[in-house]
Amino acid sequence: MRPTASRLLNILVPVKRTIDYAVKIRVNPDQKGVDLNVKHSMNPFDEIAVEEAVRLREKLKDAVKSIKVVTVGPPKAAETLRTALAMGADSGIHVEIPDSAPAPEPLGVAKALRAVIEKESGGVDLVILGKQAIDDDQGQTGQMLAGLLDWPQATFASKVVVDAGKKEANVTREIDGGLQEVKAKLPLIITTDLRCVSLRSLSVQWLILNSLHHSLNEPRYASLPNIMKAKKKPIQKLTPADLGIDLTPRIETIKVSEPAKRVGGGKVESVDELIAKLKEAGITAVKA
Amino acid sequence: MLSRHLARRIASRSTPRVVRLSHSLPDFQLNSVNEQDVEHFSKILPKTSILSTLAPISTESSELEPYNTDWMNKYHGKSNTVMRPRTTQEVSEIVKWCHERRIGVVPQGGNTGLVGGGVPVRDEVVLNLGSMNKIRSFDPVSGILVADAGCILESLSEYLAPQNHIMPLDLGAKGSCHIGGNVATNAGGLRLLRYGSLHGSVLGLEVVLPDGTILDQLSVLRKDNTGYDLKQLFIGSEGTLGIITGVSILTAPAPNSSNNVILALPSFDNVKPLFKEAKRQLSEIMSAFEFIDRTAYDLAVKHGQGRALNEGDVEGAECFVLVETSGGNREHDEAKLNGLLESLLEADQPLINTGVLSQSPAQFSQLWAIREGITEAVSKEGKAYKYDISIPLGSFKEVVDTTREHLRSKGVLHDGAVKHVIGYGHVGDGNLHLNIVAEAYTQEIEDALEPFVYELVAKYKGSVSAEHGIGLMKTHALHYSKNATSIDLMRRIKSLFDPHGIMNPGKVLP
Ligand SMILES: Cc1cc2nc3c(=O)[nH]c(=O)nc-3n(C[C@H](O)[C@H](O)[C@H](O)COP(=O)(O)OP(=O)(O)OC[C@H]3O[C@@H](n4cnc5c(N)ncnc54)[C@H](O)[C@@H]3O)c2cc1C
Repeated sequence: MRPTASRLLNILVPVKRTIDYAVKIRVNPDQKGVDLNVKHSMNPFDEIAVEEAVRLREKLKDAVKSIKVVTVGPPKAAETLRTALAMGADSGIHVEIPDSAPAPEPLGVAKALRAVIEKESGGVDLVILGKQAIDDDQGQTGQMLAGLLDWPQATFASKVVVDAGKKEANVTREIDGGLQEVKAKLPLIITTDLRCVSLRSLSVQWLILNSLHHSLNEPRYASLPNIMKAKKKPIQKLTPADLGIDLTPRIETIKVSEPAKRVGGGKVESVDELIAKLKEAGITAVKA
Repeated sequence: MLSRHLARRIASRSTPRVVRLSHSLPDFQLNSVNEQDVEHFSKILPKTSILSTLAPISTESSELEPYNTDWMNKYHGKSNTVMRPRTTQEVSEIVKWCHERRIGVVPQGGNTGLVGGGVPVRDEVVLNLGSMNKIRSFDPVSGILVADAGCILESLSEYLAPQNHIMPLDLGAKGSCHIGGNVATNAGGLRLLRYGSLHGSVLGLEVVLPDGTILDQLSVLRKDNTGYDLKQLFIGSEGTLGIITGVSILTAPAPNSSNNVILALPSFDNVKPLFKEAKRQLSEIMSAFEFIDRTAYDLAVKHGQGRALNEGDVEGAECFVLVETSGGNREHDEAKLNGLLESLLEADQPLINTGVLSQSPAQFSQLWAIREGITEAVSKEGKAYKYDISIPLGSFKEVVDTTREHLRSKGVLHDGAVKHVIGYGHVGDGNLHLNIVAEAYTQEIEDALEPFVYELVAKYKGSVSAEHGIGLMKTHALHYSKNATSIDLMRRIKSLFDPHGIMNPGKVLP
């Protein structure tokens, strides 16, 4: 089909604007959502995806023809695209939804991405996206997109090696108790992990804070010249209607609640008092 | 093999290298704490609030170690008794007893001070304020916070955050230092440029005077011109005039929008024009302008403080500047900052090579961590001689270079002696932190440095202590920055408040 261009890769990186992970989440009084009037930034998993795409280009040089970033989100999500462009992506697509619209669900987003991919005249060879967004923790978009497109998927990647000539990729995934290496032909969907299997039970925020050195990569800072260049890179604006998709949620949020507050400890003056307190709390010594 | 190894270890332990910290320890006639004193203290405080190697408490002396050793592990006291009072009343009763018995008292906060002021010189008792850590009141309308002196600076910031206020000061030691310690040292820090010194933001203090009297000046008034402003005397008194037990302080509304950027400069000469340009373009939203020389940056990165800039961005940089903006309107602030950055990049003769602009709160903290982490990185790299000086901005580099060359000429600039001479600090306030990082504290290095550095500072009409204070480290250098008349007046004030000289003896005054 594309005899000469077939060796050149087009990479698409979907990104999401989420509440920044350093922000303390506050539940709204109506318990239907959280306070969104706080600092937002790029979903950290997506940041890793963008970084990986840029590193692939640094490795494969001209074999990577384009890195395009796409977001489905409100007007302000354009800032997230600019950040990705400053990190090294070439151009962006903004599927814009109104501020008042409900947050789209993974299936809606996956369908929007499929439509975007189908519209790309040069085709898309590789989609790299975060394995989950830290706001809703759904972790489904990549897999759904692979299903809709009937493409292979390599999820939770901790290492990616692409052979542009052979049009295939080797992806290392962290799984319980070890590593799994999978190989797949392009076009392919890759979702990026933070590589921290043993710490899985801890909160995402904690994970991100502590696993910077363990992730697939460490996303770069946006340097000033690149930020300036990014301002001039093209962002194409689309609406869900342009793509012929409907983003209306199918799931109703019934209640959002905060985790139980930790109660502070108290101080005791003596061992006797400690024992008394323990008894009070219903803790008794084990009979030998 | 093992036995030889052991023998060597024991030998090296039994002959510790004694470093005479130049100027001999000050003389003062005070009494040591005895068992009767401890007995009496146990009537004032619960036993759990007293650590003493004496009966009836009999704590292991190793448990007193942290209170006897300063943050840099440079100054070592020999106190046998540490008390952690919980109320002003308890402080007052302890001090009253010490006054009558003529026992020296060292007020101690988070023990992060950098001039040896917070640890005993000999065997004075340590009065650690860490258990006095309650917030007394906060008025979200006026922003006035009243808190116990032992509240940790960072916990106060955390308390204020949901109420949309911030502390008017911030420094690298925030996780340990106390607000009382901050006031006692008149700490400057990273926000001084924007919010001014504690002499302005502290509205009132509660102080236990050296005879045990409680001076209640915990005013919550912004304006009060009724005679002498006594609280000012305690701000920066480093525990020599009394024990601060409560602080009333004006906090600032939290900025809705903060940004920061680290700029890489090809030459130090560009710092001054850059500062001028940043001030002109950012005006009221510029909240910090911090200088980091290349060696300081490399040390911070080496010791994992913050996240390093991309390699390409640091290439050819002689020094770095961190600029922070904070303001009320994101669009407005970003437009200003972007305007500045664009004009810097597009200038015919650019002042900067490049830079990085934080894209998220996480990156914002990572950039700050590089600057804030220098103190810690330096302490990981070796033993630091810290000179915290005020000099004209234009002479920062000259002073660092002159000091380095001087050390070279004295033959102490080599592996095994002085490893690095670095400069960083608060450009906005004309405050340079000159650090000499050595393998170990030695007399040879100290002799090479002093009085050389102090004379150098005097040459620029600077101050030998911009913000860390005098403590024990610089009493002999006070005269470089204060004339005889001033020192004499300070002495008279000291003896008026503390006729027996029990309060933090040996500190501040030579
Ligand atoms: C990593 C790091 C970064 C720092 N950055 C800065 C900076 O940017 N700017 C700056 O100015 N300083 C800085 N410092 C030094 C600064 O002086 C201290 O961190 C802080 O202000 C001291 O508070 P503290 O509670 O630890 O006091 P301590 O170290 O416990 O005591 C310091 C002095 O105050 C006295 N004191 C303490 N509490 C009381 C009290 N309640 N009443 C009376 N006297 C008292 C002590 O006797 C002593 O003389 C830094 C220190 C570190 C370790």
